[in-house]
Amino acid sequence: MSILDLVFIVTAGITILASIGVVTSKNILHSALFLVLSFLGVATIYFQLNAAFLGLVQIMIYAGAISVLIIFAIMLVMSEDINQSNLTHKKGSFIGVIVAGFFTFLVSISIVSTKFGAVFNNALENPVEDIAVMLMGDFVIAFEVAAILLLVAIVGAIIIAKGAD
Amino acid sequence: MLTDYATIGLFMLLAVLFPLAALGLAWAVRPKPQDTPGKLTPYECGVDTIGPTWIRFKVNYFLYALVFLAFSIETIFLYPWAVKFNSLGLFAFVEMLIFITILVVGLWYAWKEGALEWY
Repeated sequence: MSILDLVFIVTAGITILASIGVVTSKNILHSALFLVLSFLGVATIYFQLNAAFLGLVQIMIYAGAISVLIIFAIMLVMSEDINQSNLTHKKGSFIGVIVAGFFTFLVSISIVSTKFGAVFNNALENPVEDIAVMLMGDFVIAFEVAAILLLVAIVGAIIIAKGAD
Repeated sequence: MLTDYATIGLFMLLAVLFPLAALGLAWAVRPKPQDTPGKLTPYECGVDTIGPTWIRFKVNYFLYALVFLAFSIETIFLYPWAVKFNSLGLFAFVEMLIFITILVVGLWYAWKEGALEWY
């Protein structure tokens, strides 16, 4: 077992434990903080797969910004007792197990039937630079449309939030 | 390529070990009297807390978070452009200016609607 395997086992273990923490925490804010930890764990797995840019996006957007959004959303709709905010529904747990099992089955099928070899052989030297060239070249319209999409998101969010205030 | 991350790994290891060592050393040398109710209250600038501490937040905080999210995504687009800036040329620079201008309209709107006001 090389040191890379050890790093993977540790980070994957942290990710799985954090995900279990998301589900089992009674306090939903603790769930949100566990979610941040699992986002960071997924980011380290991206780094180990040589997908550095994706890992960076995962840390900046998911662990950095989305988690702040989730935590503020929780604080915004806070109920009476925070320690009872993420309770397990006894009735739904049976259906939940079935759906989770079915989903795991589907994901397992797709993992087993995927051929991974070619992807690793054609690994890019500098994906960030390739992304830059494509964004500023062939996909420049999509790049500007992304800006407009973000603008629409900001304006729409403000209108909705102001209406709620 | 992966060995480049050894520095970050070492840094993370230090970041975990340093506070643990500091807290552990403090725990080892300090006196350990029984807990009193006063010792277990949350620290709030030395003043006793009034009412429940788990309160609802105003919608304004959510608005900051939303604007922050949008500009965080903008940073993701800026990063590859900045890495490749020298060889991309003037066209890419103008493209990025247009991109930022479109987003500044969003910032201006948020500002105009009072989403950035702290009250």
